[in-house]
Amino acid sequence: MTAIDEQGTSLWQDAWIKLSKNYLALFGLAIIGLLCVVSLLTPWIAPYGYEQQNLLLGATSPSAEHWLGTDIFGRDMLTRIMYGGRVSLTVGFIATAVALVIGVLWGAVAGFVGGRIDAVMMRIVDIMYALPFMIFIVLLMVVFGRNILLLFLAIGAVEWLTMARIVRGQVMALRKQEFIEAAHSLGLSQWTIIRRHIIPNTLGPVIVYTTLTIPSVMLLEAFLSFLGLGIQPPQSSWGLLINYGVETMEEYPWLLIFPGVTLSLTLFALNFLGDGLRDALDPRTSKD
Amino acid sequence: MALLEVNGLKVYFHTRNGVVKAVDDVSFTVDRGETLAIVGESGSGKSVTCYSLLDLLPKPPAKIEGGTALFDGEDLLRCDAKRMRHYRGNDIAVIFQDPMTSLNPYISIGEQLIEPLIYHPDIERKQSREDARARAIELLDEVGIINPQARFDCYPHEFSGGMRQRVMIAMALINEPRLLICDEPTTALDVTIQAQILELIKKLQQTRDVAVIFVSHDLGVVAGIADKVLVMCEGTIREAGSTDSIFYNSQNDYTKKLLNAIPEGAKTLPSRLQPDNLLVEVTNLKTHFTAHSKAGRQNKVIKAVNGVSLEIQRGEILGLVGESGSGKSTLGRSILQLAPTTAGQVSFSGNPLTGLGTQQMVPWRRKMQMIFQDPYASLNPRMTVYQTLAEPLLYHGLANSKTIDQQIRQLMDDVGLAHGQMRKYPHEFSGGQRQRIAIGRAIATKPELIIADEPVSALDVTIQAQILDLILNLVERHNLTMLFISHDLSVVRCISDRVVVMNKGVIVEQGDTEALWRNPQQAYTQQLLKAIPIADPRLERSRLSGL
Repeated sequence: MTAIDEQGTSLWQDAWIKLSKNYLALFGLAIIGLLCVVSLLTPWIAPYGYEQQNLLLGATSPSAEHWLGTDIFGRDMLTRIMYGGRVSLTVGFIATAVALVIGVLWGAVAGFVGGRIDAVMMRIVDIMYALPFMIFIVLLMVVFGRNILLLFLAIGAVEWLTMARIVRGQVMALRKQEFIEAAHSLGLSQWTIIRRHIIPNTLGPVIVYTTLTIPSVMLLEAFLSFLGLGIQPPQSSWGLLINYGVETMEEYPWLLIFPGVTLSLTLFALNFLGDGLRDALDPRTSKD
Repeated sequence: MALLEVNGLKVYFHTRNGVVKAVDDVSFTVDRGETLAIVGESGSGKSVTCYSLLDLLPKPPAKIEGGTALFDGEDLLRCDAKRMRHYRGNDIAVIFQDPMTSLNPYISIGEQLIEPLIYHPDIERKQSREDARARAIELLDEVGIINPQARFDCYPHEFSGGMRQRVMIAMALINEPRLLICDEPTTALDVTIQAQILELIKKLQQTRDVAVIFVSHDLGVVAGIADKVLVMCEGTIREAGSTDSIFYNSQNDYTKKLLNAIPEGAKTLPSRLQPDNLLVEVTNLKTHFTAHSKAGRQNKVIKAVNGVSLEIQRGEILGLVGESGSGKSTLGRSILQLAPTTAGQVSFSGNPLTGLGTQQMVPWRRKMQMIFQDPYASLNPRMTVYQTLAEPLLYHGLANSKTIDQQIRQLMDDVGLAHGQMRKYPHEFSGGQRQRIAIGRAIATKPELIIADEPVSALDVTIQAQILDLILNLVERHNLTMLFISHDLSVVRCISDRVVVMNKGVIVEQGDTEALWRNPQQAYTQQLLKAIPIADPRLERSRLSGL
């Protein structure tokens, strides 16, 4: 029995070992990583400026100068997709993070405490569901002005509702388990039980739902921008590019295809990574 | 020729981690009017053997690698799906372990019963709804359902566990099978109900002249009803023979080990009870729950514990027995203040606990701990053994970063786990080992009182014996006081100094274990003690016929 045996590995080390054997998840991670790096470096590596127009050129199909073609104003599509990625990825990750934190805490507390508090908390969720979220966001925008940070918060504030419901369901099932009762009998405080015993055991569905939320948030941003509540041209985001691409789909298909492919690729990558993470973080799956 | 003749059956599971030989070269025969018991611990291949006969195994990973199973001369392992359906519907019936989950909750039991008759694949055996109904009612009557006319249209949730198992038996018999496979049919039932069901199966077998394969982990259960016994372990037959030869004249070490592991007789260690040193005093305790009924407005109050008074002296092991629904678990949890009490008082070494807030309870929590029934559910699957054992120590400030490793090693020594397993997760352990981890967690804070709620009920009989030994040993060494809750009277007898019998939320009888066993005063206790299966075929047969 060596010391190494006894030390073993932590949950996250374990998770990494398992993840590194899951090629699909690694592929997803690589794509996400690449997109993030490109987005960060865009101002320096983009072939053109994002508002640089060439009206004489108009919409051209992919060529040596413009790898992914140009839009009707003669703006380089590659550049616009790169700049769009900055907005879309930030919205996707930050709004989802907001939804994740609020949703998990809200759901965990409601499900764990139960009784009246649960009833009140979930009725609040129901009321928020019932509010047409467009009105909600428009109100926010009107009151606080149009601001990209507010956009993240507004989207996050809508998306956490489903997360809270999912987590609450999980927690209610977990709460009845004997290991939670064992934790009570050890005298652990409610908050410690939620933090150490409840939340880690809800990770599986939470991770999967998170990877599904990111793309839906990106599309929501596009929708808001389309209504004039989010990003405005000449700035771009993937959602916005796709929206404009749809309008000119018949004449200039590449304006839809390239942003669409980028978004789909991100979606696939996130799903692969999410599935991989879920398996990797579950100690019940084997390391081999 | 025997009705069923199994020869050299091999069932392998092809998993990612290699081939598991679930059943390896198993042969046996069963004839009409004969009962074969297949006995073994979990993972012995006893259920797989039966399911492979009816093609009920998931394939893959399971694969039948060899052997024959001749039923009336036709090989069951090689017949096609259509032929198999014919056998399943007509000739071979199965009774499963858990009557709670083997009936469809959305269909009335009558409807489920007549299903095989009115949808029978053979046109000539297909029956009209009226005929089928008459036949079903006749059968329900035969298996002991009172007022079968009215009960025909009831849904499964309206029946108790024992009654549902009777319905399952009626369902199995509806097409007059020639072979009945019973897979642990009484394991989920209370001891008095178990005795009734065993008697019923025995009676039906004699009147109908069917062959029965009775699968069980419990030698005591099969003693009275089996003609032949097959002892299995790790997929192979360890010993086969007539019931008497297995029980009285076993040649095999494994069989002997199984027989020896059956809890029997009185506690051998002297009582460590310190008279006049009261640790726990429960006075007129009531724990009621409100059940919200979906349909009506009125809420039903469930009086789980309804006025219980008892005392636990320092150093004693107090056994608490009762059937399911007797309120014994709720009483245990109420003493620990894990269930909200309605009225009455619990005091711990003279200090009242009832009415204390969560915060005020914390210093008391480390003095009283609990061991749970299901070692699969009582450990957090995402925490290693190290984390599980470290949590109570760190939380109560009983260890610091320097001493913690040493303390955890000490705990693992105490409960008999190797140090090398410290960083493993619960799923990497067997049931018995998990229960050791749970016991380690319970004794980590050096408590004075431990409440053990059915700590060995989910374990195999040999493991059960080991865990009971461990518990007795720890009680001795750490000077513990224990409330030992169990439905298994034999287990309670061999571990406790004093016994409390509970029924329907109240204490029926209490007294010193041996005195109570010899001379039970109350009718309920007498009935309970009489129903315990005895691992002695001759005694058991006469008991079953006398019930």
